[in-house]
Amino acid sequence: MTDPLSQVFAALGDPTRRDLVARLTDGDATVGQLATPYEVSVQAISKHLKVLEQAGLVSRGGQGHRSPVHLEAGVFDLMTKWIERYRQRAEARYQRLDAVLAELAELEDEEAGHRPPHTEETA
Amino acid sequence: MSTTQTTPRTAATIEADPTVPIIRVTRDFTATAAQLFRAHTDPELFARWVGPDGTTTTVDRWDASTGGAWRYVSAHEGMEFAFHGCFHEVRPDRIVQTFTWEGEPDGVALETLTFEDLGDGRTRLRSQSLCDSFEARDAWLRSGMEVGVDHGYAKLDTLLAADGVTEAAAEVGA
Repeated sequence: MTDPLSQVFAALGDPTRRDLVARLTDGDATVGQLATPYEVSVQAISKHLKVLEQAGLVSRGGQGHRSPVHLEAGVFDLMTKWIERYRQRAEARYQRLDAVLAELAELEDEEAGHRPPHTEETA
Repeated sequence: MSTTQTTPRTAATIEADPTVPIIRVTRDFTATAAQLFRAHTDPELFARWVGPDGTTTTVDRWDASTGGAWRYVSAHEGMEFAFHGCFHEVRPDRIVQTFTWEGEPDGVALETLTFEDLGDGRTRLRSQSLCDSFEARDAWLRSGMEVGVDHGYAKLDTLLAADGVTEAAAEVGA
């Protein structure tokens, strides 16, 4: 998968990695600090960080356990933009649908208009 | 509990699932479920809103019943994009269909639409598109960047020169 957005989604597909990202939103942390709350080895966390790094989600100051891991918020911005643009297109489509539905409602009123009692409309 | 007469329109919300190549869009309408269903299954009505703005959509195959099929062509400024699929299941509260852009005939998405009655003449439309790969899903999502809502169709030339045709088609079809 070379597509950057696919890599981001794939990287975030794992619950541990999602948790790592969530914790990094509080600020930079070392691999050792990140590994502390988990029942897994520092090496396992390092592997997860490598996936996040390849997806461009985090950057590292070095390879040691004490080097800080930094969250690259820009990638999230890009992803958010893509998704927001898609949402706007959907919203535009649904606003056209609103117009069609409004007309449809009028049409159905007319169709039902022959039904008797109190129709107060004067054409 | 209905306190106000004019319920504010809820803008579309979107969700891109990180674990499966799915896009979900939810939107509430001031219409009955039956009206929404009709707007999705009557080809003349459907062609009027599928868009985007400035696009003329011609439906040339349409059997909106379980096991039926559909095909339409969207034209915009001399460019045409054709789409087709099957109606897997058509019920008053639910439509399941396949979706293929003919420019990429091997690709297919599975779309599930549900119409949920919210009472007071309002209905929630949920649309879920399951793409056949993350790449396909993300191309769909990304399409808005190259050809934005601001009708940046001048960019189509550049897109066509590169491998951007998918994005352009996604803009028309999505």
